[in-house]
Amino acid sequence: MELVASSLFDLVSDVIRDTKGIGGWLSIAPDSSVGLFIPEILLCGTILAMLVLRLFRLGEKLDMFYVALIGVGAALLVLSPWRLSENAELFARRELFTGLLVYDGFSVFIRGLLLGFGVLFLVFAKISGIPSRYDSADIYTLVLGATLGLCIMSAANHLLVVFMGVEMASVPSYALAGMQKRDRKASEAALKFAVYGAGAAGIMLYGISLLAGLFHTVHLPTLAAQISTMLPQMETPELMVAALAGLMIMAGLAYKLSAFPFHYWIPDVFEGAPAEVGAFLSIASKAAALALLVRVVVGMGTLPDSSETAARDSVVARARQDNPATPADLLAQAPPAQSTMYVRHDEEHAAAETEDHPREDHATPGESDSATSATTDGLETARTFMAKLIALIAIVTCTFGNLAAYGQKNIKRMLAYSTIAHAGFMMMAVPALLAVADSHPQVAASAVSGIAIYLVIYLFMNLGAFAIVAFLRNEMGSEQIDDYAGLLKCCPGITLCFVVILFSLIGLPPLAGFIAKFAVLASVADAFRLSGHPYLMGVLVVGVLNTAISLIYYLRVARVMTMLPEPESRVPISLPLFSVAGWYVLAMTIPVAFLIVNWGSLHRTATAAVAHLLGS
Amino acid sequence: MSNLLGSDLNHVYACWLSLLVFLPVLGTLILLVIPSRAVDAIRYVTFAVTAVVFLLTLLAFFSSGSALSFAYEGEAARYMQAAFHIPWIPSFDIYYAMGVDGISLPLVVLTGLVSLLAMGASWSITKHVKGYCILFLLLETGMLGVFLALDFFLFYVFWEVMLLPMYFLIGVWGGPRREYAAIKFFIYTLVGSVLMLVAILMLYFASDLTKLTPEQLARAHVLDTVTGEDGRPVLDGPWRVPQGEAAAAALQKQVESATAALMSQIEAGERSRHTFSLLALAELGQHTDAFSPSLQWWAFLLLFIGFAIKVPSVPVHTWLPDAHVEAPTPISMILAGVLLKMGGYGILRICYPICPHGGFDLAWFICLIGVVSMIYGAYAALAQKDFKRLVAYSSVSHMGYVVLGLGVWSATAGTFYNADYWNMGVKGAMFQMIAHGISSAGMFFMVGVVYDRVHHRNLSEFGGLFGKMPVYTALAIGIFFAGLGLPGLCGFIGEVLVVLSVWNYSQVLAILSAAVVILTAGYILWTLQRVYLGTEYRGPHEEALVPINPREFTIAATLFVLAIALGVFPYQTVLKYMDPTIDRQTQSLADWTQRVKESAKLDESDGGKQAETKEIKVVGTPDHAGRESAEPTSAAAVTTKRNWPSEELSTAGRYGAPASGGG
Repeated sequence: MELVASSLFDLVSDVIRDTKGIGGWLSIAPDSSVGLFIPEILLCGTILAMLVLRLFRLGEKLDMFYVALIGVGAALLVLSPWRLSENAELFARRELFTGLLVYDGFSVFIRGLLLGFGVLFLVFAKISGIPSRYDSADIYTLVLGATLGLCIMSAANHLLVVFMGVEMASVPSYALAGMQKRDRKASEAALKFAVYGAGAAGIMLYGISLLAGLFHTVHLPTLAAQISTMLPQMETPELMVAALAGLMIMAGLAYKLSAFPFHYWIPDVFEGAPAEVGAFLSIASKAAALALLVRVVVGMGTLPDSSETAARDSVVARARQDNPATPADLLAQAPPAQSTMYVRHDEEHAAAETEDHPREDHATPGESDSATSATTDGLETARTFMAKLIALIAIVTCTFGNLAAYGQKNIKRMLAYSTIAHAGFMMMAVPALLAVADSHPQVAASAVSGIAIYLVIYLFMNLGAFAIVAFLRNEMGSEQIDDYAGLLKCCPGITLCFVVILFSLIGLPPLAGFIAKFAVLASVADAFRLSGHPYLMGVLVVGVLNTAISLIYYLRVARVMTMLPEPESRVPISLPLFSVAGWYVLAMTIPVAFLIVNWGSLHRTATAAVAHLLGS
Repeated sequence: MSNLLGSDLNHVYACWLSLLVFLPVLGTLILLVIPSRAVDAIRYVTFAVTAVVFLLTLLAFFSSGSALSFAYEGEAARYMQAAFHIPWIPSFDIYYAMGVDGISLPLVVLTGLVSLLAMGASWSITKHVKGYCILFLLLETGMLGVFLALDFFLFYVFWEVMLLPMYFLIGVWGGPRREYAAIKFFIYTLVGSVLMLVAILMLYFASDLTKLTPEQLARAHVLDTVTGEDGRPVLDGPWRVPQGEAAAAALQKQVESATAALMSQIEAGERSRHTFSLLALAELGQHTDAFSPSLQWWAFLLLFIGFAIKVPSVPVHTWLPDAHVEAPTPISMILAGVLLKMGGYGILRICYPICPHGGFDLAWFICLIGVVSMIYGAYAALAQKDFKRLVAYSSVSHMGYVVLGLGVWSATAGTFYNADYWNMGVKGAMFQMIAHGISSAGMFFMVGVVYDRVHHRNLSEFGGLFGKMPVYTALAIGIFFAGLGLPGLCGFIGEVLVVLSVWNYSQVLAILSAAVVILTAGYILWTLQRVYLGTEYRGPHEEALVPINPREFTIAATLFVLAIALGVFPYQTVLKYMDPTIDRQTQSLADWTQRVKESAKLDESDGGKQAETKEIKVVGTPDHAGRESAEPTSAAAVTTKRNWPSEELSTAGRYGAPASGGG
C-alpha cells in the first residue's frame, strides 16, 4: 500500500483527491470519501446547530429534541441501510480518507442500527422526560456525539481511528452517566466509568503504539500484510512485544464490550445512571464495540486486497499442500469443498483466505517459538489459539453475567449483568468466524450476520426493557425488583409487554430472542462441523446451557410481577397501554413478539451486509 | 370444498392443519374483547373453541372421499398424509411444514379430546378466568403444533411455545407450592430442549439433500408439489398412489424432473443443501451416510434426554410429581394426558428414524430406562400419602412402558431382522400413550372431584366414599382399573403388547416389566380400599361430600366409556389407524439394521474369517442360525445379498400397485 509516501506533498494531494473525489471543488463527486461520510457530517452539523441555536432567543424556546430528531433522521435517510437487501453490490468495500475508514455493507448496517437506535432513543428520552427542558440540548449533544464516535468505531480501518472512535464514544458517555446532578450514586458511577475508561484507553493506545513500532503501520489491511511477511522472521523478544501489544488492544476492546475481566464498571454505572443512559450504553455501545471487534479480527486476520497476495502464491500453494485435512470430527462428513455454495470464490480469493494470518498479537511466548520456525502452519496454530482465547472470554463472560444476575435486587443492575451475558453470547460467534475465515469465508460471514441479527433484536428487547424500567421509575420512584410485586393488577398491558420482553431475553421461541440466539448458535455449529475444533462444541453447549441458566433470574422478575400480591402501601400507579409511553413500549414489544412470523428479510439483509466483509 | 380441491391441495392441507392448530389462538382474540367480568361467557367461548378443535381433529374420519379423509389402509396409510410445505424462512431452509400420519393422528385426536374435557373440568377455576382461558388455548395450540409439525424448527418452536402457558397455569392457578413446581417444570423442560437444539443444529448442518434419491425426496415431501394430470399433487394424501402402469411412469418422470429442478437450485446456490425437514432427515439417517454413526449417537442421546425429561423417565422425572400436585385439576389432566405423550412422540418420530445408529447402540440403555421408570414409579406410588402424588408416580410407571416398547430393537441378527416383535412393542407403546392419556386424565379428574369437595388429598383421611358418592365411586373404580391394566379396559392392551414384545428381546426385562403389574395392582387396589371402601369417612369437611354434578359426570363417564371401548375394541378404535405407519417405520428400520449394522459387522470379520464365512454361507440357513456366535453373521451375508434391493423394490411397488386406500 502507500506505506512509504515519497513526500509530504504526495500525501496531502492523496488526501485531497481522496476526500473530494475527481470532480469539481463544489460538487460532491461520486467517488469521494465525503459522499459516503455524509451521515456523520450531518450528525456533526446537528451537534453544532444545537449548540449555536441556544445563543439566540428564538432558539432558546425551541425544544432541541426536534433538532436532534431531524438531524439523526436525516442521517439515517442518507445512509438508507434498507437498500442493503436490494443491491449488495452498491455496498462493496471501499476505503475512505486514504484508508482511515472503510465503507462496506457491514458498516452501513451497523451505522444504520446506531442511527435507528438514535431516533428511537430520542423519542424514548422525550417521553420519559429525563432531560429537562433546560439541559436537553446538553444531553442530546452528548448522545449525538457518542453516536458519532460509535459510527466511526464501526467503520474503523486504522487502529488510530479505532482509538479515536472509542474515545469519541466514551467521553460523552462518562458525562451521560453523571447527568443527574447532585445524585451521589450517579456521580460515583460516572467517576468510576471515567477512571476505568481512561485506564483502558491508555492501555489500548500503548498497545497500538507498540504495534506501530513493530510493523511500521497501524492501517489494518497493511498491518495484516506486514504481519504475514514480518512475523516469521521475528525474534522472540519482538514476538513478546507483539503479543503484549495485541493483549493490550484486546483489553481496550474487552472494556468496551464489558467482557469478563473488564466488566466491573457496568453494574455500577447502570445502577447509578438513569435507565435511559443504561439503554444507550447497553445497546449502542455494545453494537459498536462488537462491530469493532469484528473489524479488528477480520482486518488483522485476513487480507482483503487480492493483489497483495499474488507475490506469495508459491507460499500459498505450499501451505495448501501442507494443510492437513479437516480433522475428523463428530460430524465427520465435511462435504468436499461445499462446491455449489462457494463457487463465486475464485482462486485468488481462496488464496487470499488461505494465506491467512492469525492475529499474532495474542500469540503467547510458547506459540511464538513455533511461529518463528513455521510459516503459515505455525500462524494457523496461533490463530486457532486466538479463537480459543475469544471463545474462552465469551464463555466466561456469558456464564458469569448470567450467574451474577441471580442475586440482584435492583432491576437496572440485573439488566447490567444481563447485558454482560448477552455480550458474551454475541462474542461466541467470533471464534466461529476465526475458525473458518480461511477455509469457508461464507460460513465465517454468516457468523457475522448472526451477530448483526442478534444486535437488531437485542436493540428492541433491551430498549423495551429499559423503557419500561424508566416509565415505572417515573410512576413509582423505585427500581427495586421487589417493588414490582403485583404490577399485573395495576398495569396489565405494560406488565405483559415486560413479560414478553423478559422471555425474549431468555431466548424462548416464538419470541425474537430465540431467533437471535439461533442465528449465533447456528453459525457456531456450522463452523464446528467444518473445522472440527472441539472448543466450538464447548461454545455451543455452554451457549445453550446459558439459556437455561438465564431463565431463573428473568423468570423471577416475571414471577414477582404476575404472581405476587400487590403491596398495600404502594401509591396507585397508572401506566395504561393506551398512552404515549404505552404505545412506545408496545412498539418495542411487537417486533419482539412477532418477528418469528417472518424474519427472512432480516436474515437476508444481514447476509447482504456481510457479503463483502471477508474479501469476496 | 370441491372448488378448493381443484385448485391446490398443498394449500388445502395448509389451510386445514393451520386452522386446526391456530384456531385456539383465534379463540384468544375473541376472549380478549370479552370483559373480564363476564366469566361464564369466557368459559363457554373457550369450551366452544376446544369443542370445535376436537371436531376438526375428527374431521379426518368423517370426510371420506374428500381430500381431508385419512387413509388408514393401503399404501397411502403408510406414509405422511395431508402434508404440505410452504417456505417460511427460505434463507435458512425453514419451511412451514405439517402433516399427519398414523402416529400423529391418534395423538392429535387425544389432544383435542383431553383439552375439551379439561376445559369442561375448568369450571372449578374461579381466579382470573380470562387469563386462564387465554393461556389454556395457547397451550392447546402448542400441543397440536408439536404433533403436526414436520419441520424441525417449527417443531422446536411449538415445543417451547407450550412452556410459557404451562408455567403460568401452574404458577398462578396452582396449589401452595405452585411457584416452586412451576419453575422446576420450566427448568427441567428447558434444559432438555436446549440440548435438543444442539442436536437440531448438528443434524441440520450435516444434512445434505443431494444424497437422496428422487423417490426419497418425494417421500420426504421436500420436492415442490408434483402435480398429476388432473392438477392434483400426486404425492399427497390418498392420491399418492397412481392407478396403472402409465400413471406410475408419468409420476416417476415428474418426480425426477422435480428432483432435477431442486438439484439445479442447490447448484445455483438459490437453496442450500441442508434441510430441517423431519422426513428428509429420517431418509438421510436411514438411507445415506450423511450422518456418521458418532453424530447419530450423540444426536440420539441429546434428543432422547430432551424427550425423556418430558416423558418423564427416571432419573429426570422429579419435576412431574411436583408439577402434578401443584397444578389445578384440568392442567393435571392436560399434563398427564397430552404433555407426557410429546416425549414418547418425539422419541418415535425423531430419535429413531433420524438416528438409527444411536437407537440401535443404545437399545439396552433405553429399555433399561423404561424398566427402571416402571419399577421406581410403582414403588414410589406405593409410598405416597398424597392422592395426587400417587397418581403422578403411577404416570411415571406407566410411561415407562412407552419408553420400553419404543426401545425394544429386537430386529437384530438373532431374530433374522424380524421386525414383528419390535413392531408389537412400538404399537404397544403408542396404544399405551393413548390409553394412558385417557386413564390418567380420568384419574386426575377423579382426584380433583373429591379435592374440590373436601380440600385435602391425604390418603389416610378418606374412606367410605362409596356410600356418599356412589356414582362417582363406580366411575372412579372403573377408571382406576383401566390404569391398573385390567383386561377389557384400555390399560391392558398396551401393557401386554409391550411385555410380550420384550420377551423376545430380553427375558429378564420382560419378567421385570411383567412383575410391575403386581406392584401396580398393589398401589391401585390399596388406594381404592383406602379412599372409596370402608364404612366411614375419616377426614374433614364430611358434609361437603355430595354426589357429582352432571358436568362432572359427563366428563368422567366419557373417559370411562372410552376406557372400555379402547379395551374391548383396541383395533377398531386405535390400532387400525396407526398400524400401517408403524409397520412401515419399524420395517424400514429393521431393513436398515440388516443393511448397515450387519454389513459393517461382516466387513470387520471378513478379514480373518474369509474361508470360514464362505463355508458357513453354504450351510447357513435360517434353520441353523440361532442366537449363537458366527452364524447370524453369515446368515446376514446371505440375506443381505438377497434383500439389498428391497427398498427399491418396495418403492417401485408403491408406484405400480393399485391403491386400495382412498381415492
